[in-house]
Amino acid sequence: MLRNIKDSGFPLPSPRARVTLFCGHYGSGKSTVALSFAQLLRENNPEAEVALADLDIVNPYFRTADSGDLMAEMGVRLIASGFANSNVDVPAMPESAYRITEDKKLRVVIDVGGDDRGALALGRYAPALVSENDYEMAAVVNAYRPLTGNLRDLLDVIGEIETACGIRVTGIINCSNLGSETTVDDIIRGGELAEAAARELGVPVLFTAARRALCPELIKRLPEGSAVLPLDHTISHGGIANNG
Amino acid sequence: MAQKVLMKGNEAIAEAAISCGCRHYFGYPITPQTEVAAYMAKRMPKIGGTFLQAESEIAAVNMVIGASAAGIRVMTSSSSPGISLKSEGISYMAGCDLPALIVNVQRGGPGLGGIQPSQSDYFQATRGGGHGDYHLIVLAPASVQEMAQLTVQGFDLADKYRMPVMLLADGTMGQMMEPVELAESTAEKVEKPWALTGTGMKRPHNIVNSLSLTPDELESWNGERYKRYAVIEKEETRYEEYLCDDADIIVVGFGIAARVAKNAVDAARAAGIKAGMFRPITLWPFPKEALHKRAATAKEFISVELSMGQMIEDVELAIRCERPVSLCSRVGGMIPSPAEVLASIKAAAARTGGNA
Repeated sequence: MLRNIKDSGFPLPSPRARVTLFCGHYGSGKSTVALSFAQLLRENNPEAEVALADLDIVNPYFRTADSGDLMAEMGVRLIASGFANSNVDVPAMPESAYRITEDKKLRVVIDVGGDDRGALALGRYAPALVSENDYEMAAVVNAYRPLTGNLRDLLDVIGEIETACGIRVTGIINCSNLGSETTVDDIIRGGELAEAAARELGVPVLFTAARRALCPELIKRLPEGSAVLPLDHTISHGGIANNG
Repeated sequence: MAQKVLMKGNEAIAEAAISCGCRHYFGYPITPQTEVAAYMAKRMPKIGGTFLQAESEIAAVNMVIGASAAGIRVMTSSSSPGISLKSEGISYMAGCDLPALIVNVQRGGPGLGGIQPSQSDYFQATRGGGHGDYHLIVLAPASVQEMAQLTVQGFDLADKYRMPVMLLADGTMGQMMEPVELAESTAEKVEKPWALTGTGMKRPHNIVNSLSLTPDELESWNGERYKRYAVIEKEETRYEEYLCDDADIIVVGFGIAARVAKNAVDAARAAGIKAGMFRPITLWPFPKEALHKRAATAKEFISVELSMGQMIEDVELAIRCERPVSLCSRVGGMIPSPAEVLASIKAAAARTGGNA
């Protein structure tokens, strides 16, 4: 059963752009954040068509395409390669991805592949996205991922992603977590890295993403005016698990 | 205590290797272990190490032979088809008494097979894989934390016994993310007076070689090696037992299968069946004695595997066929579910007159 996000009572992110992209180091939580964000977008826009595009064509083990049933329940259209999750290790782009840039009525969440290699595939859509100029490019940060655990390494990876896809990051998301062992303290501590990266890049921290059960405590600890996105789903091997 | 980080199993292997002094990695990408190579490619240049993507698996394993002969810590990693390609080199390493860590993140086979997890390289890993009389120490991690720990221990064991060690994981172990604490090696540094480091005109030159055309010499090399293997069987066997003391039904499984089995054992206990789990951590040496002891009280054994039934032969040998052993397995990238293992436990309990 889907749990409503819009009426959860948390100070939620307010998506403005037509296209929201989630990029970052692989394993940071991009796909998980993209799923909940797409659900929120759907709830906020009952009239509009909402799509989640899985452009992760690098790692065939974990991707949004695994969550097809869940997205059907959300009423979110999936744009993904026909080869995704088919055991065929082919890095192919879905033909329906042209709708991302061609159909201006479509609200789109894009799950960009991990690192610069994953972001490379986004490059072919970048000129259209940049000229339309109605997008948010959010870098998902998990301070507990070892290759992006300090500011210099994190900025290196973000810079490599920007170079690979040709789109500048416009905001940061704190998704610091240690899987099922995550505590609110962990998230707050990880937030310092997200804040530092945001300051360095001259962009805002758009919101903090955390498992829903941690959100009530989390909002008490975050600065006034901070937005929180509750996460209800986990992308894991062989599909998704609902962890309430 | 080190700070916890969130890592994939494949990354944990790579970082653990670096933490215990490995500065040379030679490999070739293949799903589902590519993150080992990707991680090494990012990290090695920053710490003065060498990451080299070879032109093939065969080239990579021969680079490992060269680096190991020079006395340094070296590793390679691959997945099933790639390990088959490396098997010639692994036999040469065994014949040359060269230490190295070889990682196999298994995928479904035979042939090109699939990219999803499997344990069907059990025979290949525990029976040699290449030609000739030799063993590898085979370590089977069941968590991301253990991927890191056994990587470090694998290097230590390889140096201590002068032989290649295999870390036998599977696609799930390689890809899953869990919090992990990285610890450094605590073993004493092993001197390598046999290594090819240059004589400095101060000593006779060393030779690293697996070739001998003198039969009695080759026989004595093999005999010496098997004396070492006997010590390893005595000293280095590792396993985990869970609720085995009063168990009527013992489920045997390693790696991801053991995690599934543990859940099933808990469910069986909740249903009133005395079930336990036995997890070999070293697949060679297989914990024969410890498992045989359990045959005195347990009534049936179940081997849970992601293969058509390979480890089951070692289970039967270990308990000397004194109790029935059945197989619960899925293959081709499928993983037995806790419900499937529970059904096997219930069937065994019904046969042995327990609750079902």
